[in-house]
Amino acid sequence: MTLKRLLKTPSLLAGTVMLLLLVCAAFLAPYISPYDYTRQDLFAVLQPPSAVHLMGTDQLGRDVCTRLLYAARTDLKVMVLAEIVPFCTGIFLGMLAGYYGKWVDTVITFFTDIFIAFPFYLTVIIIAFVTGSGEHGIYITFMLVGWIVFAKVVKGLSSALCSEEWIAACKTIGLPGYRIIWGHLFVNVLPQAVIVLMTDMVSLLVTVVTLGFLGIGIAPPVPDWGTMISDGKTFIATSWWLSVMPGCAVVYTGIALSLIGDGLADIWRGK
Amino acid sequence: MTAADTVLNVSHLSLSSSVQKNLVSDVSFSIAPGECLGLVGESGSGKTITLRSILGILPPGIVLTGGSIEKHGSCAMIFQNPVSALDPLCPVVSQLVEVIRCHQKMSRESALVQADELLRMLDLPVSLERLDRYPGQLSGGQCQRIMIAIALACRPDLLLCDEPTTALDVTVQKQIIAVLRNLQHTLEFSMLFVTHNLAVASALCTSLCVMKQGTVVEKGDTKSVLSRPQTEYTKLLIRSVLPVPECGKEE
Amino acid sequence: MTELEVNSCSVWYGSYKALDCIHIQIEKNKTLGLVGESGSGKSTLARTIAGLIIPQTGEIVLESQKLAERRTREQHRKIQMVFQNPDSSLNPKLTVRQILSEPMLFHKIVTRGNVESRCRELLACVQLDSSALDAYPRAFSGGQRQRIALARALSIKPDVLIADEPTSALDVSVQLSILDLLKSIKKDLGLTMLCISHDLGVIYAVCDSVAVMKQGRIVETNTAETFFRHPETEYSRLLLSSVPRMETV
Repeated sequence: MTLKRLLKTPSLLAGTVMLLLLVCAAFLAPYISPYDYTRQDLFAVLQPPSAVHLMGTDQLGRDVCTRLLYAARTDLKVMVLAEIVPFCTGIFLGMLAGYYGKWVDTVITFFTDIFIAFPFYLTVIIIAFVTGSGEHGIYITFMLVGWIVFAKVVKGLSSALCSEEWIAACKTIGLPGYRIIWGHLFVNVLPQAVIVLMTDMVSLLVTVVTLGFLGIGIAPPVPDWGTMISDGKTFIATSWWLSVMPGCAVVYTGIALSLIGDGLADIWRGK
Repeated sequence: MTAADTVLNVSHLSLSSSVQKNLVSDVSFSIAPGECLGLVGESGSGKTITLRSILGILPPGIVLTGGSIEKHGSCAMIFQNPVSALDPLCPVVSQLVEVIRCHQKMSRESALVQADELLRMLDLPVSLERLDRYPGQLSGGQCQRIMIAIALACRPDLLLCDEPTTALDVTVQKQIIAVLRNLQHTLEFSMLFVTHNLAVASALCTSLCVMKQGTVVEKGDTKSVLSRPQTEYTKLLIRSVLPVPECGKEE
Repeated sequence: MTELEVNSCSVWYGSYKALDCIHIQIEKNKTLGLVGESGSGKSTLARTIAGLIIPQTGEIVLESQKLAERRTREQHRKIQMVFQNPDSSLNPKLTVRQILSEPMLFHKIVTRGNVESRCRELLACVQLDSSALDAYPRAFSGGQRQRIALARALSIKPDVLIADEPTSALDVSVQLSILDLLKSIKKDLGLTMLCISHDLGVIYAVCDSVAVMKQGRIVETNTAETFFRHPETEYSRLLLSSVPRMETV
């Protein structure tokens, strides 16, 4: 996947630029944000967007723009960390099920069917009760159920690829199963898995934001877009910027990820 | 040969797509009534899209950029993969009856009678007349015969054949070639037969048109093209037909 | 001297019998042609000999050594196969260099130091330029991919080469060159070959002896000359008479 390919695919280019801008802004938040995110200015509560406060202030006089940037750090971090384990587990189990088939496939599908039955938000709430609200609940829940979508997609792809003659050639050469899976199958399923990852990250972001909105997500004073939207809902008629700004941030991130996923899918189909 | 003497007259045909100019360029040939012309070439020669352009079923993105196609009569086509060319969820005799009714505007009973006649003409099992079957339940050769029956139900003046025997076993191929030859004599239609196999073309066709990369490199009647090929490519194709010795005990 | 022997092999797919008690023998440095129509079981037999399918009954004997169900690395190395479809016989995500060097390094035919020169030698053997090493399979034509697949099979110095319909997916003008390549390789490397084809012309061009299969059984085995000139069974005669011949030849 070369730079040239990236530049030639408009959706991929747009998505990557958008995401890079967001990641840079989040990364540089301590340096570029005009104020401290905990700083309260009780003489400047609920100020609308202006030259002084680009996105206005909230009910405690905190600068919304600063909080938005710091929330980006939190939400992006959670998004990435929560996906790592499910992504790897799902691909691994999917390849095993697709390559070996038979009883291996039956066992893995059995577990897929069990875990897919877990009602997601209920699971998170239960885990939040057990571990206390916060990031841990999200990570644990996603480790339990997030791998399913990857396993299903990779299993289907692996099964199809295993009827290709180059897999048969690897077997006649005498390569053992693990080597065929790691050295040959993995590189062929990875592009499609990454595309699924992009879509999954969007839904994970929505989940994190929803949980924050419900009050069982990331705990204050660490800002996150979900709690910002939730805190702002009381003032939605008068101080719209409190909920709308983080809402736009969520939409922006979702669009960036979707564009990247679309662009990758276009390139992959073109091959 | 004047225009009235031909069933099909393709003149200076050119086809292009956005990805590739000159998929077919400056192709000309004509078919007289009762004649069988073989369009011979390898992959990428343009023979299949030339055929499709005659019937007007070009794939999306490919357009006619030059020349003309004059048809003096109706056309029907038979395809390469017989099993996938038929509707898998519809029994075969019903498909045949549907085509007959569509083209000849008759009642279901009369269409069934005609369908039975076609089935007999093509040596299909008599049991099909009583108990209809799905394409998946028939062999490749039988599906191909059904496809020929469907094509002939339209009473065409010209039968277009897109590699109809390539996907079939060699014994079945021989039968289908014999069926086509006999039907051509009986029903007196012309044929345009696309194939990559010169031996098959020589068994069926009275004249040949050799295509390479979108252009016609040689054409003429079969005997002279095969015995006195003018171009290197034709000679290469002739050399590529691997010889099989004559069988001493052959009946 | 018999190099490869298949004794009473049967393969079932559920209740469908794909191979019924197959007995064949291939002599050292000779080529056996396996002919038959679709559904005859020739591909199943090829894959069984190559170790991809385990027969429910019977055994395969190579150089008087019975091959186990789970073959050893060395047993795998001795029997290699070239497949039918050039579009799916090479891993699309690996370069030609990776495709050729992996088997050799796995079987320790070469060290990391001389793998590059050995790859070049292999490409020269199949008449491809060494610039092909850095390219991906999609850059090549069907005939070229078939040559790369052949190079891969030869890289680990097998004793037996199985060619499963080696030219049926290729253009006719390319067929001759691939068959010539097979013949010269067989001679130069002293290989024993099994060539499967539905095309009797291919069989006549390449094979010393012929076995005819029908519905999972061997119906006739003979030398090539005898088979083509004086076939013994009705089915063989039917196959031979069905070959379309060019009338002016």
